[in-house]
Amino acid sequence: MKRLPKIGLLLAVILVLSCGSAIVAAQELIKVGIVNLPPEESGYRQANVEDMNEVFSRENGYDGKQTNTADNSEQIAAARGYIRDGVDFLLISAANASGWDDVLQSAKRAGVRVILFDRAIDTDPSNYEAALLSDMHYEGQLATDWVLNNVPEPINVILIRGQLGSAAEIGRSAPLLKAAEEGKLNIVADGTGGDTWSLEEARKVVEAAIAAGKDFNVIYAQNDGMAQGAVQALEAAGISHGKDGKVKIIGFDFNRFALRNVQAGYWDADVQCNPRQAGQIDQWIKSGNIPQGIVYQEELILDTDTITDEHIEKFGINADPGKGVITR
Amino acid sequence: MPRLKTRVNNVSNLFLPLSVLVILIIINLIKGADYFKITMVNGAFYGNIPNILFGASELVILSIGMTFVTAASRGQDISIGESGAISSAIFVQYVLSSGNVTLWTILVGFVISCLAGIVIGAFNGTLVSFFNVQPMVATLILFLGGRSIAFIIDGKVSPILANEISNRIGTVIPGVPIHTPIILTVVFIAIVAVILKTTNLRLYVEAVGVNPSAARLNGINPKKVIFLTFVLMGVFSAVAGFIAVNKAGRHDSVNLLKFIMMDAILAVALGGNSLSGGKFSITGSIIGAYTIEVLNRTLLRLEVNPEAIKLFKAVFIIVLMIIASPVVRVYAKKALDKAKGIFSNYSAGQTGGLSNGAVSAADTTGKRGE
Amino acid sequence: MQSEMFLKMEGICKSFPGVRALHNVDFTLRKGEIHALMGENGAGKSTLIKIITGVYQKDAGQIYLEGRPVNPKSPQDAQGMGIGTVFQEIALCPNLTVAENIFIGRSRDRFVHWKQMNAKAAEMLDSLGIPASPTQELASCSIAVQQMIAIARAVDMDCKILILDEPTSSLDEDEVQKLFALMRQLKARGVGIIFITHFLDQVYEISDRITVLRNGELIGEYETSELPQIELISKMMGKALSDVSAIKKHEPQKSADSVPVFEAAGLSSAAGVRPFDFTIHKGEVNGFAGLLGSGRSESVRAIFAADKVTGGEVKVNGRNVKIKSPLDAMKQGIGYLPEDRKGDGIIEELSVRDNIILALQVMKGFFRPLSRKQAEEFADEFIEKLDIKTPSTSTPIKSLSGGNQQKVVLARWLLTQPMYLILDEPTRGIDVGTKVEIQKLVLKLAEAGMSLTFISSEIDEMLRVCSRMIVMKDREIVGELSGMHLTEQDVMHMIAQGGH
Repeated sequence: MKRLPKIGLLLAVILVLSCGSAIVAAQELIKVGIVNLPPEESGYRQANVEDMNEVFSRENGYDGKQTNTADNSEQIAAARGYIRDGVDFLLISAANASGWDDVLQSAKRAGVRVILFDRAIDTDPSNYEAALLSDMHYEGQLATDWVLNNVPEPINVILIRGQLGSAAEIGRSAPLLKAAEEGKLNIVADGTGGDTWSLEEARKVVEAAIAAGKDFNVIYAQNDGMAQGAVQALEAAGISHGKDGKVKIIGFDFNRFALRNVQAGYWDADVQCNPRQAGQIDQWIKSGNIPQGIVYQEELILDTDTITDEHIEKFGINADPGKGVITR
Repeated sequence: MPRLKTRVNNVSNLFLPLSVLVILIIINLIKGADYFKITMVNGAFYGNIPNILFGASELVILSIGMTFVTAASRGQDISIGESGAISSAIFVQYVLSSGNVTLWTILVGFVISCLAGIVIGAFNGTLVSFFNVQPMVATLILFLGGRSIAFIIDGKVSPILANEISNRIGTVIPGVPIHTPIILTVVFIAIVAVILKTTNLRLYVEAVGVNPSAARLNGINPKKVIFLTFVLMGVFSAVAGFIAVNKAGRHDSVNLLKFIMMDAILAVALGGNSLSGGKFSITGSIIGAYTIEVLNRTLLRLEVNPEAIKLFKAVFIIVLMIIASPVVRVYAKKALDKAKGIFSNYSAGQTGGLSNGAVSAADTTGKRGE
Repeated sequence: MQSEMFLKMEGICKSFPGVRALHNVDFTLRKGEIHALMGENGAGKSTLIKIITGVYQKDAGQIYLEGRPVNPKSPQDAQGMGIGTVFQEIALCPNLTVAENIFIGRSRDRFVHWKQMNAKAAEMLDSLGIPASPTQELASCSIAVQQMIAIARAVDMDCKILILDEPTSSLDEDEVQKLFALMRQLKARGVGIIFITHFLDQVYEISDRITVLRNGELIGEYETSELPQIELISKMMGKALSDVSAIKKHEPQKSADSVPVFEAAGLSSAAGVRPFDFTIHKGEVNGFAGLLGSGRSESVRAIFAADKVTGGEVKVNGRNVKIKSPLDAMKQGIGYLPEDRKGDGIIEELSVRDNIILALQVMKGFFRPLSRKQAEEFADEFIEKLDIKTPSTSTPIKSLSGGNQQKVVLARWLLTQPMYLILDEPTRGIDVGTKVEIQKLVLKLAEAGMSLTFISSEIDEMLRVCSRMIVMKDREIVGELSGMHLTEQDVMHMIAQGGH
């Protein structure tokens, strides 16, 4: 009977300790609500969503929840939900740039700190802390500079735009159009892959240019799929391209298949559009040093000389066909 | 003799879709006289015509399916692109999972993807025929959800189909001068022709589309016929998906065959088919599909500003649809008859027309005299 | 005298490519008269009407309306001149109310004054003695009332001339009388009515004068009271009437112990017919008699499984069989020509050829299409046999006249060589000549051993061909009459007495 109180005491101690540790653990986890687009939107988004899930995990000290929808009103509802749940940080990649003022202000009142990623929102900068974005204009500048530095004169470009009016299309077109205006290069054909950034449409743009007898030595396609379509048109027409060919091929987005094509010298260069903002945001949160306003991510351009396997594994998105495999 | 007459009749039904195509070709010829020029590139034919045939292959196949669906169900299947994305995702997964890719692997994968197409078609068909859901509403389900399904099948990435056989299916087989998708389309059209020849598909579909009640009283089960057209549409979507994915060399669940139902429906309409069902012309739809392809390329050839290209396409389509509409047809026929009448009167001597009137007036008085 | 001639048409000619539809036709209509326009199919009645109403433009001739020359360019134009038309197929909106149907599309106001409209409609319905309420949905009215509402709509457009094209073809006797009452009332108001019908009795009951057309030519204009019916028929057909009177049914060669070709016990269907028994022997022609809505059509539909069969046993040639769908019935050698030719019979857009081979083709099966040559041969065979007037086998059936359409449907079933053929109102809305042809054909088929059921609204027609009459009332069989010398009175009597 004597031992009984001792066991009781022991149990009590264990109980207190375990509760305590639980409380401690809960206090240590940072609550993050992520409002994002659905992964099936694109390979970029898939990588982005996965990156968010990976970084804002329990192992990393976060209690992270993510909502994925392409519907702006559903996104706003989800954001309100997170604010009610009392998250510490709210991360948003908005489906639509407008309509967010109310919810951002109520986040502010509730003391929730808002960080935008990937997509900007049309609102007063005071309504959020920081926005970590891809600088599409910078990406375009990287590609344009590469063309100016690596292609012998005269430079004759086929421009294949993405969805007209999208931030990516505007940003990636501008430096090239400016260079053309300045007479540094000629744009011999100006087409678009349409709203779906379509491979088939891009192919037709190049086929039409060939049929019209245009002379060109650069294809500037604003995503990898369209670059692929353009190359298909060249292949069918028997026009050489890539490292040792006549026509230089530039794509965007860092799809692994595209990087492998660059590595094999089948294409010439690819520009990164980094979907992995989570690491940077994690660093800001952990360091407690969150910048104010728009911050652009650092992004790369890789060509046949600079590309390595490591780049492809680390920065690429989507499925990897494997070293030396060309995707035609 | 009566046979000949019906032939002529059929041709006259195709006269307007064909004339639309001819107008477009003339525009192209004005732009460049070498429009029809075909050269050999790496042992394969190359030129505008091969490019058009190559580019339109999926659309042609889907337009044929859409024609059947439209004729029988008096509505349209808007999930064909999604259906093609799902079945081709299954094809890709099968090929990737089998390691060493042989022709056999591709064939089995193709058959499996067609089976998937049947399942998808059966799903849509069940909703439409047995639950009486409007075709557009029924197929809206897959239109909205289909790409997510394909995305999941893809393992949330865009898998690469980098094997030599797929490449050949998507481009050319060495030694064969014609691009493989063109050959596949021709084979497909031939199979459809054989089906139409050896079955009563046409009669059943038309009877159901025109008058389901009368069709039923003649022993046809309208529900089964409508169901069948959706199943066919599913298989056709799988075939189109197969071609599209082999052309692309990787499976992009987001963009593969996206919004192609718009063009397919348009092709059916341009082919002179009524979108509210009934009699149909497969030939018309095929011409319609190629017309759309030519139109797309014509706009590029005319170097229409990318910002304005959609507007131009819309304007072109409206003009083409007006040209092909029954109203204009009737009007054109009237005008033609009138022209003929004037011509014959003229040749009979200018007084002929006048004296005709005089004769009939005399007749009238004569009769009253009785 | 001139002012009395409301409408005067002189020397009207109209040709279509390859066809001379009207040649030198005169027509007059007096104020306040009912003028019957008679002729077989293809005589030119419809063309004449369409010229009056502006659907077609005449090639030659003159039209005077109240002495002034006019030239209606479109139906709207004709309406503006006070010419209203009610066609055989009612062109109203079934899901709108009665009042809406009378007034809609004609108000000059942008907004509809519902109360005012309903009140006006009520007044009009009342004055014309139409038994309908303004706010009732049109679809809930009987066909006869719908027809009257169509007339009311035409009348309200201040019409001076009213054209009624086969208004009685889907009405029963009672309803016809109501319609006639309405016509007399309009006549008294001074409206000139052009009346087209295939029912000769009705012509004699209501019309003042008759104009007969044949093959696009005017045969003559007569006072109804001075033209005996038999002469009218011979003028329409262009031949003496010995043919018509020659129709004689024959006694079926049935022996008491022979097995019936078709036998049903306790048959019922989802269409609401009470369980009934029915037999028919080889070579027999019987008929279901009864008023419209008595269940006669529903009964034969149950036999063919056109409606869902809910109970009963069926034997064919003494064997028990299951008939669950029209196809089952067809496979048992049963054919069915439905009552509603347009809705259930013809496939409008399809060619005459496809319409003829349809049933046979379905019986052969999905995977065994007839060759084009075979199909052409079958079509040609029946076009000749039944004297179907069509430019070619590829002509869409919808461009044929009603009688010829019906012959095509008949050909369709004859091609399947049925053992038992059901004809539900095969002669409705078709001309006298074709009517007689069909009656003769029925008797000929029976003689050759086919069993037939023949249903018609005209009892005398049934008496001419049926050797046995099954009398129905309120969806129930109330009795049976057989014998060679049945009279209309016998049948009426049984319907009236309800069989007891």
